Amino acid sequence: MDLTLKVWRQKNREEKGGLETYKVTGISEHASFLEMLDIMNEQLIKEGTEPVAFDYDCREGICGTCSLYINGEAHGPDRKVTTCQLHMRMFKDGETIYIEPWRSAAMPVIKDLIVDRSSFDRIQQSGGFVSVNTSGNTQDANALPIPKMNADLAFDAAACIGCGACVATCKNSSAMLFVAAKVSQFAYLPQGQVEAKQRVLNMVEQMDKEGFGNCTNTGACEVECPKSISIKYIAKMNREFLSASCSSES
Amino acid sequence: MSVLDSKIPDGPLKDKWTNHKNKIDLVNPANKRNIDIIVVGTGLAGGSAAASLAEMGYNVKSFCYQDSPRRAHSIAAQGGINAAKNYQNDGDSVYRLFYDTVKGGDYRSREANVHRLAEVSGNIIDQCVAQGVPFGRDYGGLLDNRSFGGVLVSRTFYAKGQTGQQLLLGAYSALNRQIAKGKVTMYNRHEMVELVKVNGKARGIIARNLETGELERHSAHAVVIASGGYGNVFFLSTNAMGSNATAAWKIHKKGAHFANPCYTQIHPTCIPRSGEHQSKLTLMSESLRNDGRIWVPKNIDDVLAIREGTLSPTDLSEDQRDYYLERRYPAFGNLVPRDIASRAAKEICDAGYGVNSTGEAVYLDFSSAIQRYGKQEAAIARLQNPSESDILKLGEGVIESKYGNLFQMYEKIVAEDPYKKPMMIYPAVHYTMGGVWVDYNLMTSVEGCYCIGEANFSDHGANRLGASALMQGLADGYFVLPYTIGNYLSNEIRTGKISTEAAEFVAAEKEVSDRIEKLMNIKGTKSVDHFHKLLGKAMWEYVGMTRNEKGLKKAMAEIKKIRTDFWSDVKIPGDRNSLNRELEKAGRVADFLELGELFAKDALHRNESCGGHFREESVELDGLQKGEAKRNDTDYAYVAAWEYKGEPADAVMHKEELEFNDIELKQRSYK
Ligand SMILES: Cc1cc2nc3c(=O)[nH]c(=O)nc-3n(C[C@H](O)[C@H](O)[C@H](O)COP(=O)(O)OP(=O)(O)OC[C@H]3O[C@@H](n4cnc5c(N)ncnc54)[C@H](O)[C@@H]3O)c2cc1C
Ligand code: SF4
Ligand code: FES
Repeated sequence: MDLTLKVWRQKNREEKGGLETYKVTGISEHASFLEMLDIMNEQLIKEGTEPVAFDYDCREGICGTCSLYINGEAHGPDRKVTTCQLHMRMFKDGETIYIEPWRSAAMPVIKDLIVDRSSFDRIQQSGGFVSVNTSGNTQDANALPIPKMNADLAFDAAACIGCGACVATCKNSSAMLFVAAKVSQFAYLPQGQVEAKQRVLNMVEQMDKEGFGNCTNTGACEVECPKSISIKYIAKMNREFLSASCSSES
Repeated sequence: MSVLDSKIPDGPLKDKWTNHKNKIDLVNPANKRNIDIIVVGTGLAGGSAAASLAEMGYNVKSFCYQDSPRRAHSIAAQGGINAAKNYQNDGDSVYRLFYDTVKGGDYRSREANVHRLAEVSGNIIDQCVAQGVPFGRDYGGLLDNRSFGGVLVSRTFYAKGQTGQQLLLGAYSALNRQIAKGKVTMYNRHEMVELVKVNGKARGIIARNLETGELERHSAHAVVIASGGYGNVFFLSTNAMGSNATAAWKIHKKGAHFANPCYTQIHPTCIPRSGEHQSKLTLMSESLRNDGRIWVPKNIDDVLAIREGTLSPTDLSEDQRDYYLERRYPAFGNLVPRDIASRAAKEICDAGYGVNSTGEAVYLDFSSAIQRYGKQEAAIARLQNPSESDILKLGEGVIESKYGNLFQMYEKIVAEDPYKKPMMIYPAVHYTMGGVWVDYNLMTSVEGCYCIGEANFSDHGANRLGASALMQGLADGYFVLPYTIGNYLSNEIRTGKISTEAAEFVAAEKEVSDRIEKLMNIKGTKSVDHFHKLLGKAMWEYVGMTRNEKGLKKAMAEIKKIRTDFWSDVKIPGDRNSLNRELEKAGRVADFLELGELFAKDALHRNESCGGHFREESVELDGLQKGEAKRNDTDYAYVAAWEYKGEPADAVMHKEELEFNDIELKQRSYK
C-alpha cells in the first residue's frame, strides 16, 4: 500500500508544533501500524531528518505505552485494540492518515507524538492501593473466599492499561473511566473495603487537581477504550463517592 | 580460573533459609533512615523490592526507562505464577515444586536457591491476594489453578491471560503507597547508563534523563539491578521493544561476573513472523497447551495444499493429523517443557511440514477442548440432547473465559478466528535464564551491588519452567532481598551520605558523556536497527535453537565484525540534549553487540546439551531417548561465570560447581 501521512511534529514542551507530510510506499497490509511508522522513520533517517518520536514498548496491547490519535480516533479505527495492535489492513491503499498525540491539558506533549501522563501516576499514588505490608505474614489466600462474580467484576475493572485513550477521546478531557476502574476494582473486593471511603475521595480530589475535566456521561470513553472498560464502573464510583462524601460530612 | 563463593548456608536443605534468616544482621530502624538504596527497574522484581525496602525504612530511589513504573515488561506476562499451595489436593508440596524446578532446569540451577524459592512461593500468593490482585476463582469463591508444561500437578495461579499485568499492578500499588509517603523517589524515563564504584563498592549510578538528555549522578549505599532479561539480543523476541541488557552489562564491565549467557529459552507457542517489517514476536501463553493440541498434517501433499490455500486444516480428519508431541512424548504429551516442544516444532518444520507460507508454523488446535467443555457445560446446564451448535457455543464460552484476551490478540494480528480455525504457532526467543552471577544473598561479584529477577542467573538452570519467572521476581523482591541485604547494610550505618561530587562520580559521568559524544559523531550511513537486525540474524542462525562448534565460531567472528561496523557506520540523527530514541537504541545495541559475542563463546565452551542449550554434537545415539539432548554431568555440572576483560572473546571463566545433595541427577524423560 502507498500512503500519505500527516504527522504532528513538535520539538519539545515549549515550542509550538504542526503537521508535516510524509509518504510511504509498499507497505504490507500485514504490518502493524507502528511497523509502518518504523518504516517511515527508517526512511527519514536515511534522508537525514530526525525520525518522529512516538511511544511504545510491549507492542502487544498490554503495557499501555502507545498512544496515537489516528484520523480523529484514539488508537485508530479498529475497536478494542491499542495503537500497537492496529494493523494496516484497516486502511486503504492511497489513503491519507492523520497522526496526532493525545490532547489534554493534563497530558502535555513532550515531543512529537509523545505525551506526559504522569498525572495518571499521581492519581494512583493518592489512593490506588491497599495498605498492606509486604511482610509475608498475611493470612492464607484462601481464608477469605470471594464470590466469583465479584472477583470477575474486579478483574474486568483491573484490566485498564492506563493508556489515556479515554481522556484523549473525551470532549471534556475527563479521566473518570480511568479513575473509576481502579476505585471499582477495590470496591468489589473485601480487601479494598477498609480504606474505601478515603480512597475514592482522595483519588477524585487528585484527579481534579491535575486539571482533568468533568464527566458529562457522553460515553465516548467506553467506545475507544482498548480494554472495554465499561462506564458502569463510573456509576459504581459515583455511588462510592456519594456515600463517602455523605459519611465524611456527618 | 578461580572458584566462586556462592555463600550457601550450611545445614540441611530445608533449614538453610530459615537458619540463614535468623542469623542475618539487622539494621535498627533509626539507622535505616540514613541509608539510601538505588533500585534500577520497576518490574515484578524491582517494583516489589523497592516497595519492600522502603516499607522497612530505607530511602529508595527507583528508576525505569518507561514513562511509568506500571509499564515494566512484567506487565506482559500472560499465563500464571506457580506456588506450592496444594489447594487442588493433587499431592503438591514445597519439595515437589523444588524438584520440578530443578529437573525442569535440567539440573543446572543452584539447589539451595530453588528450595528457598519454593518455600516462599506460598507467601507470594497470600501477599498478592491481600493487595487486591484479582486472581481467577472457582464458583465456590476459592482460587483456581491451571497446569503448565513440565509438571503433573495444578499449581499455577492466574488472572485470565493477564497474570503479569495484575501482579505488576499489585507491586505498582505497593510502590505507589511508598511514593506517596515520600519513602520512594521515582525516576521515570530515566536510564541507568553506568555504575559508580568507590573503593571497590557500588556507590551509585549515572542515569540519563531520557526527556532532556541530561546526565545525572545518584549515590546510594547499595545498588540493586532489576532490569529484566536480554532476549532482545536476538532482535526479534517476545520481549518489549525497550527490554535491554544495558544495566546488567554496565555492571558486568565494572566487575560483576556474567553467568551462563547461552541459556536462553525459546518459547514454543508464539505467533509466526509475517514479513521483513516484523518488529517483535507475540507470545501465545503456554497455558494454551492445557487445552490446545499441537499437530501438522501427516501427509506432505496436505501440507502443500494448505500452503497454497486449496485445503483448510479443518478439512483434515483425525487420522490425517500428526499430533507429534503426543506421539513422541506419551507421558507429558502437549505439556512437555518448552525446550523440548520448541525443538520438536523446529524438527518437524525443517522436515518440510510447516503449515504457512514461510514453512515455519505448526497448528495449535482447540477443537477437542471446545467439544469437551461444551458437553460438560451442557450437562451442567441440564440441556437435553444439546445441538452441535449449542455445544460449540458453550465450549467456546469456556475457552473465552480462560483465554479470551489471547484469542483476541491472535485474531487482531493474524486476521483469522482461532475459535474456528486452529492457531498457527512457531517458537520464538522468550526468556534468558543466564544473567548476572549472584551469591545466595543475591549480591553480585561487585560488593554492594545486587541483582534480582530475570536479570540474574540463579534459579532456572538451563531451562525455566512456565510460571516460575513471576514467582522468582516477586520472591526476590518481596521476600529474599529485603532480608539478605541487611547483612551488607548493617556495616554501612556509619558511612554517612555519599557525595556525588566524589572523583569517581565525576569520572563515571565523563566516561558516559564521552561515549555518547562518540556515538553521535560517527555520523555514518546506517540506522541502529540495521545493525540490530544483523546481530539478531546471526544469533538466530548460529546461536538459536540448535548450535554446533562451527556455527558458534562463525557467530563470534560475525558479531565482532558487526560491532566494528556499527562503531564506524551508525547514523544517529538529532542531538544528545533532548529526547532521542535513536540514541537510546544505539546505547542498548552497542551493549548487545558485546553480549552477543560472549553468549556465543559460552555456548561454544559448553559442549553438552542441557535445557535450552542444544549442541548437535551431544545427543543420545540409541535407545528410547535416541535423538534427544545428552547432558554431561561429569564435565559440565557447573555455572560458568564470565569476568570482563575488555574484548568479549577474552572474558575469563570462573566456575561454580553445582552440588546436588537432595536430588539425584537423572536424564530428563518426558516420554
Ligand atoms: C510475553 C511474555 C509472557 C510471559 N509470561 C510469563 C508467565 O506467564 N509466567 C511467568 O512466570 N513468566 C512469564 N514471563 C517471564 C516474566 O514475565 C519475566 O521474566 C519477568 O516479568 C521479568 O521481571 P523483572 O522484574 O525481572 O524485569 P522486567 O519486568 O523486564 O522489568 C525491567 C525493568 O527494568 C527497567 N530497566 C531496564 N533497563 C534499565 C536501565 N538501563 N535503566 C533504568 N531502568 C531500566 C525497565 O524500565 C523495567 O522497569 C513472560 C515473559 C514474556 C516476554
Ligand atoms: S480506561 Fe481504557 S482508555 Fe482509559 S486508560 Fe484505562 S484502558 Fe486506557
Ligand atoms: S506498546 Fe504496549 S500497549 Fe501498545
